[in-house]
Amino acid sequence: MGEDYIKMWENLGIDLENHDCLLKALAEFYQQIYLSQENRPEGMKYFDFVVSEAHGLRIKELLEAKQQGKKVVGVFCVYVPEEMIRAVDGICVGLCAGAQIGFEEAEKVLPKNTCDLIKAFIGFKLTQVCPYTESCDLLIGETTCDGKKKAYEILNKLTQKVYVMEVPHMKTERGKELFLKELFALKNKLEELSQQTMTLERFKEEVKVVNEKRKALMRLEKLRSYDPAPISGLDALLVNQIAFYDDPVRFTQKVNELCDELEERVKKGIGVKPKGTPRILITGCPFALPNWKLHHMIETSGAVVVGEESCIGRRYYHSLVPEDFSSIEEGIKLLAERYLKTPCACFTPNPERIEEIQNMAKELKAQGIVYYSIQFCTPYLFEAYQVESAVDLPFLRIDTNYSTEDIGQLKTRCEAFIETL
Amino acid sequence: MRILGLDVGSTYIKVALFENERLTLLERDKTSYQPLERCLQYIHKYKPDQVVATGYGRNLINNNFSNCITLSEIKAFAMGAHFIHPKVRTILDIGGQDTKVISLDEKGKVVKFEMNDRCSAGTGRFLEIMCKALGFEIEELNQLDLDEEVKVKISSLCTVFAESEVISLIAQGVPREEILKSIYFAIVYKVVSMLKRITVTEDFIFAGGCSSNKNLKKFLENQLKIRVITLEESPFLGAIGAGIFGISQIKR
Ligand code: SF4
Ligand code: SF4
Repeated sequence: MGEDYIKMWENLGIDLENHDCLLKALAEFYQQIYLSQENRPEGMKYFDFVVSEAHGLRIKELLEAKQQGKKVVGVFCVYVPEEMIRAVDGICVGLCAGAQIGFEEAEKVLPKNTCDLIKAFIGFKLTQVCPYTESCDLLIGETTCDGKKKAYEILNKLTQKVYVMEVPHMKTERGKELFLKELFALKNKLEELSQQTMTLERFKEEVKVVNEKRKALMRLEKLRSYDPAPISGLDALLVNQIAFYDDPVRFTQKVNELCDELEERVKKGIGVKPKGTPRILITGCPFALPNWKLHHMIETSGAVVVGEESCIGRRYYHSLVPEDFSSIEEGIKLLAERYLKTPCACFTPNPERIEEIQNMAKELKAQGIVYYSIQFCTPYLFEAYQVESAVDLPFLRIDTNYSTEDIGQLKTRCEAFIETL
Repeated sequence: MRILGLDVGSTYIKVALFENERLTLLERDKTSYQPLERCLQYIHKYKPDQVVATGYGRNLINNNFSNCITLSEIKAFAMGAHFIHPKVRTILDIGGQDTKVISLDEKGKVVKFEMNDRCSAGTGRFLEIMCKALGFEIEELNQLDLDEEVKVKISSLCTVFAESEVISLIAQGVPREEILKSIYFAIVYKVVSMLKRITVTEDFIFAGGCSSNKNLKKFLENQLKIRVITLEESPFLGAIGAGIFGISQIKR
């Protein structure tokens, strides 16, 4: 099997040496951070397996699908609707990257003071280590933050495969109109790519598929509201990260199976940590795979993370798309409305985010809020001020990057924060 | 019952020994390259029933010595300051590699705290590097009698940039005492911006290695318009707090 994969990677143009380093680092990291946790639910086995096969079996699946004429489409933001990609038989994969790989290369083409998320996806491309990026037929960028906007220009130069969709920065009527037009343009682009016309029937099917995925993630979130928490923040984070890669139907089923188990745990009062363990809500920037740093730090400092107001988290599954539409146009309109509800800091003003944080803190019975920003992420760094003044829970700001050099200091801050709860 | 509080900082290891809940000894030594060995020596010397570690190296001790518990420096400083000076409400600690400000309630519980990130701006290390550039020994700093009028300004708080600013001021012929004042000013400026994020009230304790610097203290009082208390035990508050935490854990 190993042999097969190597050939597969080679055919994709992966740099085997760099890739080997990545896989080794990942395996070691995973062992240290994930497999050392206690009282993990049985249902996590599937997700452990998915991680171990992230560059193997899942890529094989993608390539097989491609052979049947399906297209693989990479995205970087939760404003790009997966339903539309799937409705033309495409497969949607998230390409945001959460590891410090290829940074030296990336810094040759990007300013040094770029957020690590951007550095990572450019670095992954420059060092040819990501089989997902290499499998893609189309990369859909979006005009959210300035860094990403400009990085897509560079990414296009490197791949010739980038299509950028315009996302407005205000939720006014004009903004909504623009977004709607952009979704229609995206439909044309996807139809052209897949050489097929989107049908109402297929569209409706896929709206349902993605809704089911969101429902499962909502169910998982809800189960985290119990004390003792039946699942660790790290494990829940992993499930949310995998949502961007895995086949949605299979994924949904596995999340629901996990939730069945967690429900049993809740009934029996079983948790990953004792009842009364301090409960933390994290809010801020996305946590792209394998960015587990903050959760690991918090959960090894005597607390449990009970929710993420993040794009790997609530901003991904915050609401459903109504399923009872009778034309593609109507469906796209409903889609646009749902997606524009996402409270990302790239919008101004963005009071919905504060509301969301307050609601989550209440629903999940959080006792403290950790505000997470990736260094140099202007939108989220700015909003920290408004969020801090609006919430009345103990508040800790963490501004960091993917490196491990600040772990000592961050750990002290997390521990001290948790001691005060 | 003997309890040993160890505060393993980046520059010094501070030790506080409690015997039957009474503080009987304070001691410190350079951390050097072998903090673990040095701590184990202390443990062998005082043969405590319980070791409590805090500071940057706390986990190093915890991972290598079974009868050890840990707590963060923040809580340790709060407990230590409250033990020595029960009325304390604000603590400033300028240590070797980080600066912290803590605000406490009447019972000594931490209400809010701020700490610098990985950057060394405004820490003991910052002062040390600037002094080196100016040719001052840390030990001689207290012999200088500096007035508070700052004539030149260091505009950068980044250690690397500030150092080159210092060098260019020297080249311009600015007296080194004047440059030193601007460095104190820069440190105080940074500290005040951190203090703005918490509530500052009297009784304000200045702790950590830099607290014995009387000129720095003077600059601080001047900027904050508040009386700043330094205690003989100021450098040891973390170790004392660790000991107190140990006592409270054993009582439970
Ligand atoms: S934070 Fe904003 S720009 Fe980034 S993925 Fe989320 S919605 Fe998109
Ligand atoms: S983390 Fe911030 S700066 Fe980085 S891509 Fe997302 S919005 Fe842009």
